[in-house]
Amino acid sequence: MSDLIRLSAAELGAKLASGEVSSVEATRAHLDRIAAVDGAVHAFLHVNEAALDAASDIDRRRAAGEELGPLAGVPIAIKDVLVTTGMPSTSGSRILEGWIPPYDATPVRKVREAGMVPLGKTNMDEFAMGSSTEHSAYGPTHNPWDLDRIPGGSGGGSAAAVAAFEAPIALGSDTGGSIRQPAHVTGTVGVKPTYGGVSRYGSIALASSLDQVGPVSRTVLDSALLHDVIAGHDPLDSTSISDPWPSMAEAVRRADVSGLRIGVVKELDTDGFQAGVRSRFHEALELLERNGAEIVEVSTPNFEYAVAAYYLIMPAEASSNLAKFDSVRFGLRVTPEGGGTVEQVMAATREAGFGPEVKRRVILGTYALSAGYYDAYYGSAQKVRTLVQRDFDAAFANVDVLATPTAPTTAFRLGEKLDDPLAMYLNDVATIPANLAGVPGISLPAGLAPEDGLPVGIQFLAPAREDARLYNVGGALEALLVDRWGGPLLNQAPDLSTHELKATEEGVV
Amino acid sequence: MARAALMDFDEALERFDPVIGLEVHVELNTTTKMFSSAPNPANSAFHGAEPNTLITPVCLGLPGSLPVVNGTAVRYSISLGLALGCEIAPSSRFARKNYFYPDLAKNYQISQYDEPIAFDGSVEVELENGRTFTVPIERAHMEEDAGKLTHVGGSTGRIQGAEYSLVDYNRAGVPLVEIVTRPIEGAGADAPALARAYVSTIRDIVLSLGISEARMERGNLRCDANVSLRPRGEQKYGTRTETKNVNSMRSIERAVRYEIQRQAAILAGGGTITQETRHWHEDTGTTSAGRPKSDADDYRYFPEPDLLPVEPTAELIDELRAALPEPPAARRRRLKGEWGFTDLEFQDVVNGGLLVEVAETVAAGASPAAARKWWTGELTRVANARETDAASLASPAQVAELAALVDEGVLTDRLARQVLEGVAAGEGSPREIVEARGLAVVSDDGALIAAIDDALASQPDVLAKIRDGKVQAAGAVIGAVMKAMQGKADAARVRELVLERAQG
Repeated sequence: MSDLIRLSAAELGAKLASGEVSSVEATRAHLDRIAAVDGAVHAFLHVNEAALDAASDIDRRRAAGEELGPLAGVPIAIKDVLVTTGMPSTSGSRILEGWIPPYDATPVRKVREAGMVPLGKTNMDEFAMGSSTEHSAYGPTHNPWDLDRIPGGSGGGSAAAVAAFEAPIALGSDTGGSIRQPAHVTGTVGVKPTYGGVSRYGSIALASSLDQVGPVSRTVLDSALLHDVIAGHDPLDSTSISDPWPSMAEAVRRADVSGLRIGVVKELDTDGFQAGVRSRFHEALELLERNGAEIVEVSTPNFEYAVAAYYLIMPAEASSNLAKFDSVRFGLRVTPEGGGTVEQVMAATREAGFGPEVKRRVILGTYALSAGYYDAYYGSAQKVRTLVQRDFDAAFANVDVLATPTAPTTAFRLGEKLDDPLAMYLNDVATIPANLAGVPGISLPAGLAPEDGLPVGIQFLAPAREDARLYNVGGALEALLVDRWGGPLLNQAPDLSTHELKATEEGVV
Repeated sequence: MARAALMDFDEALERFDPVIGLEVHVELNTTTKMFSSAPNPANSAFHGAEPNTLITPVCLGLPGSLPVVNGTAVRYSISLGLALGCEIAPSSRFARKNYFYPDLAKNYQISQYDEPIAFDGSVEVELENGRTFTVPIERAHMEEDAGKLTHVGGSTGRIQGAEYSLVDYNRAGVPLVEIVTRPIEGAGADAPALARAYVSTIRDIVLSLGISEARMERGNLRCDANVSLRPRGEQKYGTRTETKNVNSMRSIERAVRYEIQRQAAILAGGGTITQETRHWHEDTGTTSAGRPKSDADDYRYFPEPDLLPVEPTAELIDELRAALPEPPAARRRRLKGEWGFTDLEFQDVVNGGLLVEVAETVAAGASPAAARKWWTGELTRVANARETDAASLASPAQVAELAALVDEGVLTDRLARQVLEGVAAGEGSPREIVEARGLAVVSDDGALIAAIDDALASQPDVLAKIRDGKVQAAGAVIGAVMKAMQGKADAARVRELVLERAQG
């Protein structure tokens, strides 16, 4: 495999800046990699035919002496939840098959303005509903560490693309862990910014009060660089924060944990978590402690109810957000045999266009919002949400950041939990509280679980607007671990070229 | 459609006590829409645009699009709330009202539910007969309008029986304020007139605030009328109906009256009223059953997560309060004095819902007398014949221009009436119509003299009489000349010339 694809985004950006490598070369190397391995991984739903044109455009601008940012010319994969001009945007659903939006999502616009080269759109659970990418209408993505296992979800495509060296960096979205949990199971880095830190304009909404777009990468610095590109106020998103942000990349470069108070969440450090997940988590904490951090135990008693509250609020908002998929203005239209009323056409379209998990959540959410049930379900869930926020407030009064394992287990096998939605939902137990409270979170590799040799992540959480703290502690821990491992964790991943012969026919849509 | 049995209005009022409730939707005339940067067709600058040209991804509810609140619409809503004597909420929220309908791009409407921006107000309304009512206002809340459906292929123009329907999303997202009254009791036989006078007062208020074009025929102002009856002496409200699609002042009065008579006939016959929406039919002056409506209609309201609460500062509210125009009742008293109208003349204007039109016509340069004459005279006559409102036929600027043409001697009253017909038919401004139709008074004495000489020559007996000093005989000649000039002559000048030529 070409060495170009093993470079981090920051390293590639530096080589592009020095003229050692052109964006066309870098882009071609990644397109070649996609062609070679994506038949097996299936991280991409669409590969951008215009990628090389965009790359040569950046090369031209650079040659003309234009001042370009640190990621200019670097290829990037984009989760299909984000709308893009020139590329279909399906959110993993049959109901949007082939739909090419007339506008770019704000994070996509910013990435393009930074000179980054979109490689294509990545696979995901339909409308971001899932923790395994098995709920994609276009077939599952496979974990590059073990192709029989899930890459996490909903952003399994972005995480797998980065882990399989098909892209140096990617955009994801996180409603209950959809960036962080895939990072955990694929040995990559993922960040959910503070709610309002990145514009949601053009992110096909799952749950408006929980969704947040964020970076997916192989290094903490890369996520920080991308975070700096996409963050900031957007007049098109009323919930985006208007205050300016400090540089996250600076926070990584200055990483120092001496005197940092890290709270270990007692309720998320139990036997409910796989042994290897816990052991790697505690080893990481010890490493930080040896380097000057102070580790204290904190209690967040209401986190216990977070999953239950989440699975009322999220489907309630989703049931309303997904109402627009009715065949009238865009997307799939199914007309019953012999024609039908507009109501019948809407029903037939939604019946054919939505997968079972989407229908499950729409029904759940519709029920939770119904008159007579609102107070018991949606109303109570909002109260729990307030309690979870108070737990965070109390904890952050004593510590700078919180630490938890990112998810209870390493990557499970494809199909293993498909028939057990509750087990699937519990995957998000450690990631959901951050979405309920709007606080930022990062997941970065902590090592491999001894029992199965699969990646394990560690999650840090910070108070709202203090995303830089995550990059500080993440950058520091990453440096210590990479030093211990003698190189990035992904160096230990299997060489996918041996799987090329196993490429399935699912291929690229 | 079977015609419903009606009870005589007076008899209905003897037996039953009507309770009415009015919901008025006001389209604000902001430059852009409630939640998007698309041009607002309720602003006359964008009225009449081709279908689906005033749209953005937000108006179409495209995946990923998000609403952003229009600050001007919020300020207008606060001003309106203040003018209605309402409290302004220091914090109010938008909510989603969820239901599937093809004119609703997102299949939910962004509205306000349990936290409206304005609440607990009242409006003083004066009736034709001099009675004054204080109408209690429950709330005024902000929301977005839906798109417009055109049903093609059916006989009724309704969705039932149509082959297909066309959707125009230009109106989707137009800023609306919905003003809801509390139940209005005690109006008795005045209930229909009160309904009309209330809407007319709301129209005066929004026009004086300058926040809406308020043209009912364009749907800038729409009224739903709730009507229920209870037996005389009963405290408990009866079952109500909600009549929609009432889009002129006179229809409001007629619709309320019709519902009182229809419900009275049903109740007197031992029947029960179905709680439902009813459609008003302008042509037949009747209502017909729409969809059943119950209080259990479940719109699954929940707070709109894409928008922050609206939190106007106390300073902003004070500033808008200070800028309020004078209340309609006070304004009426002042204008009556300024214009020097008699009670009867002034009532004519008020009852016609033409106060703002007359005031604006005067402001545009016409004399009060001329403004009153054209609005309550010819324009009202044409409006009645067409079953619409006079305000929909001409603008104050056009009427002022017409009055000026009469003053200048370019038009006689008779010609001016023809010009007004042209204005009402949308042929352009009065000057343009005078030009196009060639309607100006013939002020060329040469042409008049030629016609007079012809007339005198053909009526020698008349000529003799005039020469004998029987001046009144000139009338026959003047008539013949006016006919020959197709009315485009000033009769007084013709008379002068006839006498001159006859003596000649």
